[in-house]
Amino acid sequence: MRANRVVEGSVQGFLRVLGRTLESEELARRDGLLQSLDPRVKLLGFMGLIVAAAASRRMEVIGAVFGLAIVLAICSRVPLRTLMIRVWAGGFAFTGMIAVPAFFLTPGRPIWWLPVLGWAVTAQGFRGAVYLISRVETTATLSMLLVLCTPWTHVLKALRVLRVPIVLVVILGMTYRYILLMIGTAEEMFESRRSRMVGKLEAKEGRRLAIATVGVLLGKTMQLSGDVYLAMQSRGFRGEVYVLDDFEMRLRDWSWLAAFFALSAAAMWMGAR
Amino acid sequence: MDGRQIRGIRLPAAVFELENVSYSYERVVALDAASLAIPAGQRVALLGANGSGKSTLLRLLDGLCFAGPGTIRFRGEPVTEERFQDETFSFDFRRRVGLIFQNPDVQLFNPTVFDEVAFGPLQLRWPRDLIRQRVAQTLDDLDIAHLKDRPPHRLSGGEKKRVAIASVLILDPQVLLLDEPTAALDPRSQSQTIDLLAGWKDTGRTVVTATHDLDSVEEIADYCFVFQAGRLVAQGSPAAVLGDTNLLRQTGLLHVHRHTHGSGEVHSHPHRHHDPQP
Repeated sequence: MRANRVVEGSVQGFLRVLGRTLESEELARRDGLLQSLDPRVKLLGFMGLIVAAAASRRMEVIGAVFGLAIVLAICSRVPLRTLMIRVWAGGFAFTGMIAVPAFFLTPGRPIWWLPVLGWAVTAQGFRGAVYLISRVETTATLSMLLVLCTPWTHVLKALRVLRVPIVLVVILGMTYRYILLMIGTAEEMFESRRSRMVGKLEAKEGRRLAIATVGVLLGKTMQLSGDVYLAMQSRGFRGEVYVLDDFEMRLRDWSWLAAFFALSAAAMWMGAR
Repeated sequence: MDGRQIRGIRLPAAVFELENVSYSYERVVALDAASLAIPAGQRVALLGANGSGKSTLLRLLDGLCFAGPGTIRFRGEPVTEERFQDETFSFDFRRRVGLIFQNPDVQLFNPTVFDEVAFGPLQLRWPRDLIRQRVAQTLDDLDIAHLKDRPPHRLSGGEKKRVAIASVLILDPQVLLLDEPTAALDPRSQSQTIDLLAGWKDTGRTVVTATHDLDSVEEIADYCFVFQAGRLVAQGSPAAVLGDTNLLRQTGLLHVHRHTHGSGEVHSHPHRHHDPQP
């Protein structure tokens, strides 16, 4: 029903977000290689690999880092289909749009002419676009692996090794938690509207419904944020944030950190030649 | 503070004393000139229909909002905004008084159950090792140790409530304030929560429970205050309050329910309300 797109689309959107969140949390709890490592090792190790892939001037090196990411995904029981849908397809489409003009605009040796228009695709333009896309795919795959194999809250906590202020880490964690809560509330509101709807909803009505829902949700958010602050105060919060850092580095974690750094250094050295 | 006698019941010294306390949200009066004393070590129920001022009273008692006219004293000391500016008073009060909110989602804002329960002690600057030990102990006591690494927003309603209770109980407060502790829980979780509250009898802890679930009052309270539209309209033992059908009907805690039996016979009788489901 085209006229009910606002309601249907919103409910589907909320369900998609919740579904992806559930899938990520389930993957992060699996018994796999990356899941077993300290989040700080993954954060620092992947940062090294990302820098190496982004800085590399050799396609073989970028390909090797990408291959390593796939091996890590398989060892961590992350379905390649998930990476294909959530990273590779989106990354290819988005970066492709940016890279396409480079085919024609970069000066160099023509290797192919576009039918009808006759525009020349240059070897240098093609090479530049392929480099851009492969770097994006590699770095996005590593980033997504970090998020899929680590509970989001642990990723945030691990940011503290990069000297991210505690207060920012706590705010990000709470934001994530309450966004999910609000998505749940919004989904219930739209479903409740859907359950009482008979027939078509005019496009104008649909827009009005969406705006009204946003308003109600905003009101609920304000109420919730006030109550959360009171609950924090009730347990002694006075503006300073204290957290319990319970990560523990084992010999295995140190070994993997050393391996990640060694691989990153090797990739950087080889990629710069 | 000496003990006092109300309606023939000998009560110990008061932990909270309220004199003509009023509170309004914008122009809506939530609490109107309430005067009462909450005896130390007793389990007290605040009874009243929705909107009768119970939750507001709990927030006032916990120093989360402050009375307009009237005074509130905690162990003889006035509970005012100015007093909470003093870190020593604030720490002492927060350690001694804990509030469990009606909606556990409000209270669960940390990434994992373990972090949630550790939040209060961390704010009160307990040593880290002691916190780890006490969190583990509290989770064990409430039979939720298996949830320690779970994010609170993924728990069931009953589990959330237990985590919320654990997050306050870890501070071992002398006074526990509970806002509708059985609201929106399934029957099993309701019964577990009531068992928990019933187990606090004779522990020396003061427990103030706001509820309109009359079925559990005798199990969780030794004394009751009844509110209607922000006014304290009655007080007494659970037996006395629950036996006063007129009072319960007048305050919206009881109403006449007309229904049909299988035989086709139609009749009416007073009917108590349970906590609403969400």
